[in-house]
Amino acid sequence: MGLDFSVVPEYAHFLWIGVVWTTVLTVSAALLAFFGGILFAMIVLYAPRLLAWPTRFFVWLFMGTPLLLQLYLIYFGLSQVGIDVPALVAGIVGLGLHFAVYNADVIRAGIVAVDPGQNEGARSLGLSRAQSFRYVIIPQAVRSVTPPLGNNLIALLKDSALVSVLGVAELVHASQLAISETYRPFEFYITAAALYYLLNLLLEAGLRAVERKVEATR
Amino acid sequence: MSDTMTRPATGGGKATRPMIEVKDAHKSFGAIEVLKGIDLSVERGQIVAIIGPSGSGKSTLLRSINHLESLDRGEIWLDGVQVNAPLTGKAFERHINAVRQRMGMVFQHFNLFPHLTVMENVTLAPRLLQGLSGEAVRARAEKLLDKVGLADKAEAYPSRLSGGQKQRVAIARALAMEPKVMLFDEATSALDPELVDEVNLVMKQLAQEHMTMLIVTHEMRFAGEVADRVLFMDGGVVVEEGPPDRIFTAPKAERTRAFLRKYLRD
Repeated sequence: MGLDFSVVPEYAHFLWIGVVWTTVLTVSAALLAFFGGILFAMIVLYAPRLLAWPTRFFVWLFMGTPLLLQLYLIYFGLSQVGIDVPALVAGIVGLGLHFAVYNADVIRAGIVAVDPGQNEGARSLGLSRAQSFRYVIIPQAVRSVTPPLGNNLIALLKDSALVSVLGVAELVHASQLAISETYRPFEFYITAAALYYLLNLLLEAGLRAVERKVEATR
Repeated sequence: MSDTMTRPATGGGKATRPMIEVKDAHKSFGAIEVLKGIDLSVERGQIVAIIGPSGSGKSTLLRSINHLESLDRGEIWLDGVQVNAPLTGKAFERHINAVRQRMGMVFQHFNLFPHLTVMENVTLAPRLLQGLSGEAVRARAEKLLDKVGLADKAEAYPSRLSGGQKQRVAIARALAMEPKVMLFDEATSALDPELVDEVNLVMKQLAQEHMTMLIVTHEMRFAGEVADRVLFMDGGVVVEEGPPDRIFTAPKAERTRAFLRKYLRD
């Protein structure tokens, strides 16, 4: 039996819905991952131990366990104790927290990597701790963390496929729905793969534009 | 004046009060005592050079004056204001930020801000801290860059500059806050030999303008040329001090003689 893509256009609306939900998942989770990453990094670096240590434990926990398991825990686990989280929200929170943890590590390392002499130079001029951070440390850290944060974002987009197990009609799950009606797994999975690839191309173009902007001053 | 009242002990007012005064400074890093009770005073317009072997505590002393290191014991005074004032928390933070604005510091490794142009490096602190208009700050920076011979590099980023040029920008950056004293922490130690002179020249120019300067250096000849007084430190204490002629030609302490023999030989 050869491949026959002629069935795909007929079910294009399934795939279209899949692209929309994948985009919604990715953008929402990416925002959570970005701001959550900054927050966790600041807590781990600067907060008193009472707050920093539990956060570090949480980071370690999220890094050391599979995303799939985390999604199950948030969706099915919480439901067992009476907290019903909608599948989409569970997906966004799971993906967002998982990548917030990775982003936090990147951001923490980026800040720590700025030469201590930079802070001394700023402080010796009379700049306050906050001014030194804002005008001297952060701009240099931004430059070094932008590429790895971009890599995390691309990984997030691809890992959003795991949220299909919660029944969110993102690209993989939407393809499965189309397949259950047509019995054409190859055609739809290959089309879905092409769509993921396209989304990633767009994302990478965006990331390159951001990197160029960040590196413009040197 | 109110600032003479903060320190009535000197009695004589401004004329007799030292610009920098260090009293019985002690500092340890872990079990190692790097400063073992240093006393030092630098008069207004005076230039003092501190020499000594690596690990003698001279850099730590200089950094303590700017409170980049905090003393375990002792006092640091700048023009009648105690630098390591007995304050805590936010009050101390405010105090030290204000004090540091009156002291320029130049580092061995320049510590220029690589993400800012030369002009932005020089104007950042006055813009943030002195509430001046962009134009006024820029005019001051242009004058300073001209003074250190780098007017044409205003829009360049530090990565485009040689070591000597970087250090001259760093001096201009420190001067932009119009400090009362300048602290130099081995300002030429990281430079290629042929670039040392251009930085020394700028420092000599400052000396002629009667800037109060405290210079930690390995350049004996330069110390001899510009300093009014030379301190020899070793093992966390001031071994001896005096006018450069005497220190370099007729040192009293055996340790000073041994150090100078080693240094002046090459």
